[in-house]
Amino acid sequence: MNGQESSKVFMQGNAAIAEGAVAAGARFYAGYPITPSSEVAELASQKMLETGGVYVQMEDELGSIAAVIGAALTGKKAFTATSGPGFSLMQENLGVAILGEVPCVVVNVQRSGPSTGLATKPAQADVMQACWGRHGDQLVIVLTPASVQECFDLTVTAFNLSEQFRVPVILLADEIVGHMREAITLPRPEELKVVNRKKPDCAAEKYLPFSPSSDGVPPLASFGSDYIFHITSSMHGESGYSQNDPANAGEKIKRLFSKIEDRLDEFVLYKHYYDLQEDLDLLIITFGCTTRPARAAAMRVGDKKIGVLQLITMWPFPDKIVAQAAAKTRAILVPELNLGQVIREVERVAGKQTPVYGLHKSNGEGFKPSEIIARIEEVTK
Amino acid sequence: MSEQNASWKEYIKESMLPQMWCSGCGNGIVLGALARAMAKLNLEKNKVVVVTGIGCWGKADDYFTCSALHGTHGRALAFATGVKAANPELDVIVLMGDGDGVTIGGNHLIHAARRNIDLTVVLLNNNNYGMTGGQASALTPLGMVTSTTKYGNPERDLDICSLVDAAGANYVARGTVYHVPQLDKLISDGINKKGFSFIEALSPCPTHFGRRNKLGDAVKMVKTLKENAVNVNSSQAQEGDLKEGSFLIGKLAERYDDDFNTAYEKIRQKIKTK
Ligand SMILES: Cc1ncc(C[n+]2csc(CCOP(=O)(O)OP(=O)(O)O)c2C)c(N)n1
Ligand code: SF4
Repeated sequence: MNGQESSKVFMQGNAAIAEGAVAAGARFYAGYPITPSSEVAELASQKMLETGGVYVQMEDELGSIAAVIGAALTGKKAFTATSGPGFSLMQENLGVAILGEVPCVVVNVQRSGPSTGLATKPAQADVMQACWGRHGDQLVIVLTPASVQECFDLTVTAFNLSEQFRVPVILLADEIVGHMREAITLPRPEELKVVNRKKPDCAAEKYLPFSPSSDGVPPLASFGSDYIFHITSSMHGESGYSQNDPANAGEKIKRLFSKIEDRLDEFVLYKHYYDLQEDLDLLIITFGCTTRPARAAAMRVGDKKIGVLQLITMWPFPDKIVAQAAAKTRAILVPELNLGQVIREVERVAGKQTPVYGLHKSNGEGFKPSEIIARIEEVTK
Repeated sequence: MSEQNASWKEYIKESMLPQMWCSGCGNGIVLGALARAMAKLNLEKNKVVVVTGIGCWGKADDYFTCSALHGTHGRALAFATGVKAANPELDVIVLMGDGDGVTIGGNHLIHAARRNIDLTVVLLNNNNYGMTGGQASALTPLGMVTSTTKYGNPERDLDICSLVDAAGANYVARGTVYHVPQLDKLISDGINKKGFSFIEALSPCPTHFGRRNKLGDAVKMVKTLKENAVNVNSSQAQEGDLKEGSFLIGKLAERYDDDFNTAYEKIRQKIKTK
């Protein structure tokens, strides 16, 4: 960031992610390049040198997320960026960050698949991978930006939430948003809310790295400080040493969920492009790159009341806000660049009382407003 | 380093003893060697991080009184790279089995050596996967019997020290659980050495590898290590006439190249002075 004033700049989504990370205090990046995320790595390599941080180009994505976790435990805010194939490789070690309660941020700028698929073309088909990709019962936070400004703002939010909850946060962008360029406002440092992890203040011998405080999130010391502690990918007790009894395991897994779910209301982020009090003919629920064409479509269909609800906190799924919105509309439309991932969540929440329609596309192209208009005409007939 | 050496006991968490390994397993001897090396160097416990992978030897972090990170199978070096790159003040010691460090984790090993990141690896080579029931690893010799090569291993094993040397590590050594004072020294020299240090420790797994290959009990297996080891400084080694089955022990390679953090800081200085 340049100087003390908030400034208007013309910027790419991926660049805004790198800027946001630096502004949030990130001082470690480990990664492996992959389109359409590589600009994040390119900028991070430069920014880390300039800001006293460290950039390591790892040998693969398995190593990248492992290095991010190692760095995070020294007290650094650490992140990596990738796309679908690399994100798949990160899943096992994301489990380490979840069970070891290590804050970190993983950016997935989605592209088409499966496998190398249509290499660098847009898609939004990693939603379920982001939510459920790892083995075992586990929970992470997933945020989805729809504009370059949101790329910046939500990267800061991603770091804040990861520090607050000691959990990996996934910024689930997509090719269209990552490569889009537009003018955004970079806030002044003092305008920015930056959250840092809670550190222990007990005597060093008393420290238990997994003993929850009142909010369910244990304070986290740093390797190299006065506190000596163990972090393990195995099931463990409050001391950080392996502990295999069922009672402990059950409690631990439950706490990993409830520390986030119990406070979901504090960070359910969404935007609505309509009056929430109004009764609608149709509500379009969007996320990421579907938001813009959906808004354009809603504005062009003049004779019906159509609202657009953009989901930003995608996981844990914002049941409450979707249910409230569903109660005031005759039907819901979910356009997504996949064959049906978010629509299942919407159906689960709203499908019993409100008809839910999908618009799905998985050919490596984004939506045109006209395609959404055509679907609106069909479902509101 | 002060004159007064610490006791190795300070580095071992007595409340965790006895250790979980089989009787006759070599892991405990390497554990002792590492604790003595730490004591000799008077390492400050809160500046040491032991990083482990998954396997019998990967459980070793439980027994140390310093901080530890027990990661996933094959990835110990990648976790350790993050720790060391982010905080160069720490002594980061990485404990991996042959399956963990070479078979699944070979790619990280090559690149950590090439990157010359200032870590000390103690790779325990027992020629097979102990924890999962004695399957073949990349360091199981040709023809040997394991639970997945019941009629003999069709694959050749790797000379892992040569590979790590070729990849550019600053320090490469091999020891055994028979040659304990030497092993202590190889490890303490490795910790002391800046840049990537790699110590292969040959150790018996009597439970699986010994039993299946009829190599005798643990004592017999250790004696075999004694008989086949050739000190790198001996005349036999100098003349290069090693007999079949023999191997070199001692310091096998040494360089003085910049480690990763030093090289990185040099580049940072360059942009600052521009
Ligand atoms: C990704 C993954 N694959 C497989 C395993 C199962 N596994 C656990 S330990 C191990 C082998 C350990 O062998 P080695 O590294 O030689 O260590 P030792 O037990 O002999 O000390 C394997 C295959 C695992 N934990 N994770
Ligand atoms: S199985 Fe082998 S390596 Fe594992 S503890 Fe037993 S003897 Fe040691």
